[in-house]
Amino acid sequence: MALLEVENLQTHFRTPDGINRAVDGVNFHVNAGETVAIVGESGCGKSVTAMSILRLIPEPPGKIAGAIRFNGKNLLDASDKEMRAIRGNEISMIFQEPMTSLNPVLTVGRQIGETLRLHQGLSAQAAEDRAVEMLKLVGIPEPQRRVKEYPHQLSGGMRQRVMIAIALACNPKLLIADEPTTALDVTIQAQILELMRDLKHRVGAAIVLITHDLGVVAEVAERVIVMYAGRKVEEAAVGPLFRNPRHPYTQGLLGSMPKLGSSLTGEETRLAEIPGLVPSLKKKIPGCVFASRCPKVTDLCTQYAPALEEKAPGHVAACHYALREEVVAA
Amino acid sequence: MSQPLLQVNDLKKHFPIKAGFLGGTTGYVYAVDGVSFDIAKGETLSLVGESGCGKSTVGKALLRLFPLTAGQVVLGGDRIDDMPNGTLRPLRRKMQVVFQDPFSSLNPRMRVRDILAEPIRNFGLAKDAADLEKRLEGLMDKVRLPRDAINRWPHEFSGGQRQRIGIARALAGEPDLIICDEAVSALDVSVKAQIVNLLQDLQTELGLAMLFISHDLAIVEHMTHRVAVMYLGKIVEVAPKRSLFGAPKHPYTEALLSAVPVPMPGAARERIILKGDVPSPINPPKGCRFHTRCPYAFDRCRTEEPQLRPVADALEGGHIAACHLHDRPAGENPLSGAKGAQLLAVGSA
Repeated sequence: MALLEVENLQTHFRTPDGINRAVDGVNFHVNAGETVAIVGESGCGKSVTAMSILRLIPEPPGKIAGAIRFNGKNLLDASDKEMRAIRGNEISMIFQEPMTSLNPVLTVGRQIGETLRLHQGLSAQAAEDRAVEMLKLVGIPEPQRRVKEYPHQLSGGMRQRVMIAIALACNPKLLIADEPTTALDVTIQAQILELMRDLKHRVGAAIVLITHDLGVVAEVAERVIVMYAGRKVEEAAVGPLFRNPRHPYTQGLLGSMPKLGSSLTGEETRLAEIPGLVPSLKKKIPGCVFASRCPKVTDLCTQYAPALEEKAPGHVAACHYALREEVVAA
Repeated sequence: MSQPLLQVNDLKKHFPIKAGFLGGTTGYVYAVDGVSFDIAKGETLSLVGESGCGKSTVGKALLRLFPLTAGQVVLGGDRIDDMPNGTLRPLRRKMQVVFQDPFSSLNPRMRVRDILAEPIRNFGLAKDAADLEKRLEGLMDKVRLPRDAINRWPHEFSGGQRQRIGIARALAGEPDLIICDEAVSALDVSVKAQIVNLLQDLQTELGLAMLFISHDLAIVEHMTHRVAVMYLGKIVEVAPKRSLFGAPKHPYTEALLSAVPVPMPGAARERIILKGDVPSPINPPKGCRFHTRCPYAFDRCRTEEPQLRPVADALEGGHIAACHLHDRPAGENPLSGAKGAQLLAVGSA
């Protein structure tokens, strides 16, 4: 059984001018110890998916339907009290903005200790000792001194390390990282990605990585889910997805990224554009969600939504025209 | 060689730190501390570096958005760094800017028409009302926006479309140089490609020079002719792009290149992970500013500041770097040879 199973997840928001279908029927699973990346552009529903798993969506105006099974238990049926016992304990989350997600008036030691005292019933002293250990684990120099400092005394990279320390304090089985390195500089991003890779081996938590950066995905993920306009359009292991993307949207995304080293290989070409804009999620889209921007669109696409089909072993895509393995081989 | 369009010589910008009841100056932030470069007509020079390295301050200083601490800026033969504001105003037309955030850089209470017409009126470019109308239509065409969108308000547009309006506004004054301060950083991948292509088309079409300030090395490599790498208020390396990406000659550039994630799973690449954070520009390290994080630092780096000098074994001419390692014999210089391909995993599957 998978550690996390998300079944037909629908997160809709009521707005003055209609229902916003931010996430519209998404299925996926995460196995224990696995790193799964959810990628897509802004507004594709990737962050809402992450927030829905922890039920951090305010209801109303939000509404979550479907099933989110963690260790076989549907989190959507859990009481608030049960959810509190899960958040930060069995499932924890790292947010994008380390600046705003830490409490500015509490020392980092208090903030790391808080989850430990709450979930594991440690004493104040024991929690602080453990906080020092956690800071050491995430590679912060002089943890004894840093544990007594406030967030504003730390740099952006160190704050993100503190966020990771808080998230890992209770040895979660699942870690949801929502754009964990987007706000950071490249050299600091490299440090944090290295840390996440290293910690994954040591702690063994499964990671759901939410990002728009395909470079980051290629470096850390094992399996990738591509989302577009609230739906999953493609899913595959990281290698096949980058080598052989099946969905025109994934192909477009990869083509629109300039390749580092292009001046050396001489393959400097014009960037491929995906014309147009993401469709409004307030209207029901009868056909394929990508039809309005797809270079291969036909009448079939605008009328019938393509089902997610297995195009190759472990590689699914929602496109009428994506090639299947037999056809590719021929 | 003909006179470059823009020449910057030893530009400095120190921001005073005010503190205490009387607001006395207690120190300085050495945001830009002696930066020199030039840009030829029709050329793109990229300024790269991490946040806080002073790259945006350079852009703003060139635009004279604040007074300079020291240094000379020569634009098309006129020295503009100490020019009084009144004399400078007509010259501002030659140098326009596109900002990062397309949401805050357009006035929400002005229609697109007024946003674009403002610079044309300011600089008295239009002969009459019909000419103004023609210019406005021309601008909308140039940035590939429908002409009838001109009477709409900024909030009616998406981020990418707003950035097009920002570019059109920059073009309205018929500039020679456009400063793009992280102009594509806030955009989504697919929209970013649209804007990058647009900027490149406009450059060939209009022969614009560009100062492209960015932290995104892949976009920079795609867009630029030459690259200047900044670290803590100083330029540490300047080179034509193939030379810089193929054979970086400063340890910081090398680390930057190796840190960028590449969308190739399992790519075999050499990785250099820098330790620690960028030191504070209030109290920059003595000697080479990079020595606190440099994997190759030796005694001389801690005491003597290296100067930008031509590098002997660069891929192309015009490659300068500020590093003491180049005084060592090639066998003892970890930066000798062309390591770019290993750092970027070029050619590996």
